[in-house]
Amino acid sequence: MTFELLLQMFPIALMFSAPIILTALGGLFSERSGIVNIALEGIMMVGAFTGATVTVLLENSTPAAAWYGLLAGLLAGVVFSILHAVASINLKADQVISGTALNILAGGLTVYLCQIIFHQQRTRAFSNGIQKFSVPGLSDIPVLGRMFFKEIYPTFYIAIAMVFITWFVVYKTPLGLRMRACGEHPQAAASMGINVAKMRYFGVLVSGALGGLGGAVMVLTADIQYTLVSIHGTGFISLASLVFGKWNPFGVLGAGLFFGFSTALSFYAKDIKFLAGLPGEFFYILPYLLTIIALLFFAGKSVGPKAAGEIYDSGKR
Amino acid sequence: MSYIVEMLHITKDFPGIRANDDITLQIEEKSIHALLGENGAGKSTLMSILFGLYQPDSGSIRVRGKEVKISDPNVATSLGIGMVHQHFKLVHNFTVTENIILGMEPHKGPVIDIRSAEKKVEEISKLYGLAVDPRAKIEDISVSMQQRVEILKMLFRDAEILIFDEPTAVLTPQEIHELMQIMRRLVEEGKTILLITHKLKEIKEVADVCTVLRRGKLVGTVSVADTDEERMAEMMVGRQVSFHVEKGPAKPGEELLRIENLNVKNVKGLLGVKNLSLSVRAGEVLGLCGIDGNGQTELVQAITGLTKIESGKIFLRNINIANLPIKERTDLGLGHIPEDRQKHGLVLDFTLGENFVIHNYYEKPFANYGILNKKAILENAERLIREFDVRSGQGAMTPARAMSGGNQQKAIVAREIDRSPDVFIVVQPTRGLDVGAIEYIHKRIIAERDRGKAILLVSLELDEIMDVSDRIAVIYNGEIVGIVDAAATTENELGLMMSGALRKTHAAPQAVHV
Ligand SMILES: Nc1ncnc2c1ncn2[C@@H]1O[C@H](COP(=O)(O)OP(=O)(O)OP(=O)(O)O)[C@@H](O)[C@H]1O
Ligand SMILES: [Mg+2]
Repeated sequence: MTFELLLQMFPIALMFSAPIILTALGGLFSERSGIVNIALEGIMMVGAFTGATVTVLLENSTPAAAWYGLLAGLLAGVVFSILHAVASINLKADQVISGTALNILAGGLTVYLCQIIFHQQRTRAFSNGIQKFSVPGLSDIPVLGRMFFKEIYPTFYIAIAMVFITWFVVYKTPLGLRMRACGEHPQAAASMGINVAKMRYFGVLVSGALGGLGGAVMVLTADIQYTLVSIHGTGFISLASLVFGKWNPFGVLGAGLFFGFSTALSFYAKDIKFLAGLPGEFFYILPYLLTIIALLFFAGKSVGPKAAGEIYDSGKR
Repeated sequence: MSYIVEMLHITKDFPGIRANDDITLQIEEKSIHALLGENGAGKSTLMSILFGLYQPDSGSIRVRGKEVKISDPNVATSLGIGMVHQHFKLVHNFTVTENIILGMEPHKGPVIDIRSAEKKVEEISKLYGLAVDPRAKIEDISVSMQQRVEILKMLFRDAEILIFDEPTAVLTPQEIHELMQIMRRLVEEGKTILLITHKLKEIKEVADVCTVLRRGKLVGTVSVADTDEERMAEMMVGRQVSFHVEKGPAKPGEELLRIENLNVKNVKGLLGVKNLSLSVRAGEVLGLCGIDGNGQTELVQAITGLTKIESGKIFLRNINIANLPIKERTDLGLGHIPEDRQKHGLVLDFTLGENFVIHNYYEKPFANYGILNKKAILENAERLIREFDVRSGQGAMTPARAMSGGNQQKAIVAREIDRSPDVFIVVQPTRGLDVGAIEYIHKRIIAERDRGKAILLVSLELDEIMDVSDRIAVIYNGEIVGIVDAAATTENELGLMMSGALRKTHAAPQAVHV
């Protein structure tokens, strides 16, 4: 593999990484508060649909349409995740089942809304998504400039900023301490006067916000319209990144980059001599294969929040 | 006379049971007030009401003369009431300080000010002689240290009234002694303590006043100085209790359990049991005593199959079970009353009846052609409940979780004794039990002995070891440092051996090969 090829891969890998990182950080908030959120896939779909739709509808009136799209995706994610919060916190439903239901609902709901708004099974194509840009000055630095600052989607910087914000909130603030306590030992948190339900709502809604944003970012950078397969499992890849990254924001960053590169690899494999012999399909399945392996190896390990997935019953002793 | 807390005519119902029935409790300021009662008498419930975890169905509470409604623990905290629960409520991967400040974190701007919090924790810890490291992680510190963290949590919130629910059940004798000193220190500093315990000795040692409950009702409140242990026990159980176990001489037969050169690693990866050999014969109780953490846990887990061994042999009759799966060991006649009742003893979300058949649910009469026979399971449960006096709200249908701590313990003991295993590993069988229940359980263990079973009794309580055992093996640092005749030894001799100062490995040569 030539060095030039690697440099070329950077912007596209970072483009794929951004939504994975954002969504996985959302999952981090949810699981740290004690709610397993496998609805990330569905949340991303809703965010992507809303992001694309708002962009299409505003395109003619404002040049910042795509940015409104991102905001709308974020808000739609929050609204959609309320369903998961109500089911798993108030109704004490099994969180995996509630998440699965939401994933199924998201597909039907978005296509149905496309049909109503655009009279087809997909949104209309938008002419401009989020635009790439180069950071003045920094992009001229040799090598590093081309890797991180030239022709980059700003959404990647949003993802990086989110990593630091997440780390700060989760590990440095009272809110983060309380949220983690709810994910590890909700009875202990409750005995210290913490409202477990409220904390868990916070976790789930933030995961809705970041997952919705992630979905919108994905469709507005890597796609031209929303279709049923726009997200194609990225929510689950984010979940795997969360597990790979050991529920830590910087771990999530690393895992997200890794998956971003493995996705980008599928586009460049033919140009790499020793990989060109393998069938192209191999590279398409690679991220998913890695996801399965991640979940297989880490799923049973007790590195995650102890009480995640457990229904909280205040009468439990 | 001024009362700091008054609970007046408190009544509380749970499904199928009145846990508190018109109970009045008045606590004097700066005193230690003990609460005594049988398992399931309603002690924890009454204290949970005072702490705001449950609402009374009727009755009122006054704190410092003012009537209050304690609707949740936050209200209790703001009234200066704190509680150390029977099962600790600590986040295992947080530090001591993080656990203490949780919910009222000191902060600079949006950031938790962990430095000043650690300093404050250290100061309080010094003032009361708690010796807790504020930076240690909970999972790395001992149970008694964890308990001190619970105490610190209350003190950090300026609690004046401290509730302790069976604080000594999980402690070693040495740690109990230290806790008693801490309690006295707390009272000196102006705190008031409410203490639930089953150990009359402890009440005699530290408490000023004692209130006795029986089956949810108030029996009376007495001054500890004027009341002897026998009288307190009688008030609580409603009959005379004998503190000594009646038993005839043992008639030991063949060796049923023989351990040869056993080595077992502990959680730290070091050898917790070193080249240990030991044997238990049919028709005898061999007591194993030692200071906590000297290899008892590893030895028991090796015999029962909860942990892997490094090397050595464990013979049950003449079969080496050292590497067999747990189920095969059970089928060969091994029984076990585990140390950690919530982890290894019960499925808390199953009913009492289901928990009783957890070993043999698939056998007749409990299952027919793979289908559970509810009637047989129910009958079995009702028989055990009757025999062992297991008390709960809904009998066989009670979820194990809704049972009082002592009754959970009784349920495990009942299930295991009822199986009548040939080789019976009994660990801390009476932890958290009232004196009446202890008397009964000891009787049943002796009855098993007299039926020709081999019993290994592991306990941290010297009284229990000395009363029930025929021979006593002392374990120190993973090795058996001596085996003595229970009738001939003294507490002093055992103490010396437990501390490693005295070795007596030749006293019973037929049993030890060192
Ligand atoms: N949350 C609950 N739900 C249903 N029943 C309960 C609940 N808590 C307690 N009980 C019942 O109330 C009774 C009193 O229980 P409590 O825990 O107060 O007893 P205790 O005196 O503390 O006993 P122990 O010495 O065994 O701890 C028991 O019969 C128990 O089964
Ligand atoms: Mg209790």
